[in-house]
Amino acid sequence: MRFSSNAKPYVLLVIAGTVLLLGYVYFSFFSESLNRRTDVVSVTPWLAPIVWEGTFDPVLIDKIYKPMNLTIATTVFAVGKYVRFLQDFLETAEKHFMVGFHVRYYVFTDRPHDVPSVNMFQGRHLSVIQVPGSNRWQEISARRMEFIQTTIERQIRREADYIFCLDVDSKFHARWGSESLGRLVAVIHPGYYEQSRDRFPYERRLASTAYIPMDEGDYYYGGAMIGGFVEDVYTLTKVCRTRFEEDAGNSIEAAWQEESHLNRYLLDNKPSKVLSPEYLWQDIKAKTKQVKVIRFSAVIKNNAEVRPNV
Amino acid sequence: MSFSSNVKQLVLLLIVGIFLLLGYVHYSFFNERLNGVWFEASNRDIPVDEDQRNTRLLYKQPSVLVGRTDVMAVTPWLAPIIWEGTFDPDLIDIIYKSMNLTIATTVFAVGKYVRFLRDFLETAEKHFMVDFNVRYYVFTDRPDDVPSVNMSQGRHLSVIQVPGSNRWQEISARRMEIIQTAIERQISREADYIFCLDVDSKFHARWGAESLGRLVAVIHPWFYQATRDHFTYERRPASTAYIPMDEGDYYYAGAVFGGFVEDVYTLAKVCRNQLEEDARNSIEAAWQEESHLNRYLLYNKPSKLLSPEYQWDDTKTKTNEVKVIRFSTVIKNYAEIRPNV
Repeated sequence: MRFSSNAKPYVLLVIAGTVLLLGYVYFSFFSESLNRRTDVVSVTPWLAPIVWEGTFDPVLIDKIYKPMNLTIATTVFAVGKYVRFLQDFLETAEKHFMVGFHVRYYVFTDRPHDVPSVNMFQGRHLSVIQVPGSNRWQEISARRMEFIQTTIERQIRREADYIFCLDVDSKFHARWGSESLGRLVAVIHPGYYEQSRDRFPYERRLASTAYIPMDEGDYYYGGAMIGGFVEDVYTLTKVCRTRFEEDAGNSIEAAWQEESHLNRYLLDNKPSKVLSPEYLWQDIKAKTKQVKVIRFSAVIKNNAEVRPNV
Repeated sequence: MSFSSNVKQLVLLLIVGIFLLLGYVHYSFFNERLNGVWFEASNRDIPVDEDQRNTRLLYKQPSVLVGRTDVMAVTPWLAPIIWEGTFDPDLIDIIYKSMNLTIATTVFAVGKYVRFLRDFLETAEKHFMVDFNVRYYVFTDRPDDVPSVNMSQGRHLSVIQVPGSNRWQEISARRMEIIQTAIERQISREADYIFCLDVDSKFHARWGAESLGRLVAVIHPWFYQATRDHFTYERRPASTAYIPMDEGDYYYAGAVFGGFVEDVYTLAKVCRNQLEEDARNSIEAAWQEESHLNRYLLYNKPSKLLSPEYQWDDTKTKTNEVKVIRFSTVIKNYAEIRPNV
C-alpha cells in the first residue's frame, strides 16, 4: 500500500516528461513543415537572401515574377567532348529550369553539328554560337568570361532581362525557379560551405589580381553558376576577363581560373542574392543534412576522358 | 525491497530527464549568445589607404549554418526581415555610405503633436541614419512651435505648413495626400530614399542603412505573434482597403513606411486615391491609412521588412525576440492631445 502511493508520483512525473518530450519532437517536426529552417542561415550579413528549400513559397514567387514577362538567358559551354553533356542538360532544364518562363539557351561550342535537338516548350529557344576549341581545359574555362561578355554586347542584352551562366556537365533534378532571380546572384560551392575561410581555395598569391588574403572572404562561390541582370553580369564578366588577361600578361594563372576571379569580384561587389548548395551540387558528394533538395548537380565523369589535357 | 528498486529506477529516470532538459535550455541559450559573440568579436579595422587593394574591411566570416533560430529572417517572397543579429552594421554602412545618398524623413506634428518634435528630432540625431545626409520634412499647422534642434553635418530640416483638423482620423488619413504632394513638389528632387514616420515616438538605438530598400514596411509590434484572422485589417468588402480573413502576410504598422522616393510616391498616391474613394462612399477604414497601407502591401509586396525592433510601443512589455528597441511610441494621454476622441 505505501509502496504504490510512493511510486505513483514518480510514474506520473515520468509520464509528464514523456508527454513533454513527445510534444517537443512533434512541434519541431511541425515547425519544419511550416517551412521554418532553423538549421541554416537565410540571409547574409549584408541582407541578401540565401535561398534554401523552405525559405520561399514557390507559388507566391512565381505569381510575382510571371507577370513581368521576363526572358531568362542561359549560357552553357560545350567545347570538345563536352558536347556529350548537352542532351541531359537541356532535357532536364526543360523539366525543371524556369518552367513557365521565356528562356533562351545560348550554347557555345566548337562542334555545332553535335548539338542535340531537344524538344523545347513554348517560349523557349536555343541559339548555337561557334567558338574555338583548345587543347587546354583551363583555357576553355577561363575564356568563358570573354565570350559571355562579347555575346551580351552583340546579342543577349537585346534578347533577355536576366542571364544565368551554367556549367554544362550537370543535370537538373528539381525546381530551379524564379526564386533565383536577382540583380547579382551567386551560388555557394557545395564543397566548402562548412569550411572556415582560410580553407577556401581562393587564389593566395599576391601577384595575382584574384588574390584574397587568409582573413578575408564571405563564402566560396562556385564558378559553375553566375546570374543576375544582364547588365550586372556583363560588368562582372568584363572585370573578370580584364583581370584574367592581366594575370596572363604576368604569366600567372589563378588557382581555379575564372572561379578565382569570380570570388574576388564578389568579395568587392557583394551579390544581392545567394543560392544555397541545393543549386550547385556534385553527384560524387554524399548528401548532407542541410541540403534537403538537390536541384542542379555535376555528373560523375572521367575527367581524363573528356578533357583535352590533364 | 522490490519497492525501493522500482522507486530508484524512476528517480534515476527523472534525474536523466532533468539533465536533458537543462542541457537543451542551456544549448538554446548558448545558441542565442553565439550570435552575440559573433557580433561583439568582429574586428573593425579599416585603414585609410588610397590604393583600393590595400583598403581592407575585416569582419568575422559569415556563417552558412548558424544564425538566429528564434525568428524568421526572410519572407516567403525572399525579402529580408531585419532583426538584430541578422546583419553586420559596419559592412552595411560601408556599402551604403559610398553611394552618397540623401534620406528624406517626413513627420507630421499637427495641433498638440508639436510637443513630440523635440524628443523625436534629438533622438533621431543620435540614432537615425547617423553619418548620412538626412532631410527632415516637418508638416505642421504651427510652424512657430517647431523646436530648434542642433543638427549634425549634412542634415537639414524643412517646415511645411499644413491645415489642422478637429478630427485626428482626418489628420492621419490626409498624410498620404500631403506626402504625395510634397514628393511631387520637393522631395523627388532632394532625396533618394524616404521614410514616413510617426512623430509621437523616440529613437533608442541604431536605425541605419540596413533599413534601406525599394519598398520598406515594419511589422506592427502588437500583431507579430497573431494569426492573420486576428489582424485588424479592414473587413468590410465595401471598403477599398478590404482584406478577407484568409488573406494577408503580416500586419504592417502605419507609423513607419519607406523606400525609394518613387516607390513610396506610388504607394502614397494609390492609398490616397483609395481613401478618397472610401470617403465618397461614406466609409472610413478601421485604422485609416494603416488599413490602406496593409491592403497596398498585400498586393505590392515590400522588398524589405523591419522587425518590431523598428516600431515598438512603450506601453508593451518587452518580449524574448525583440532584443533591441530602436524606435518606440511614447506613452501619452490620448484624451489630452487629440482634438477629438
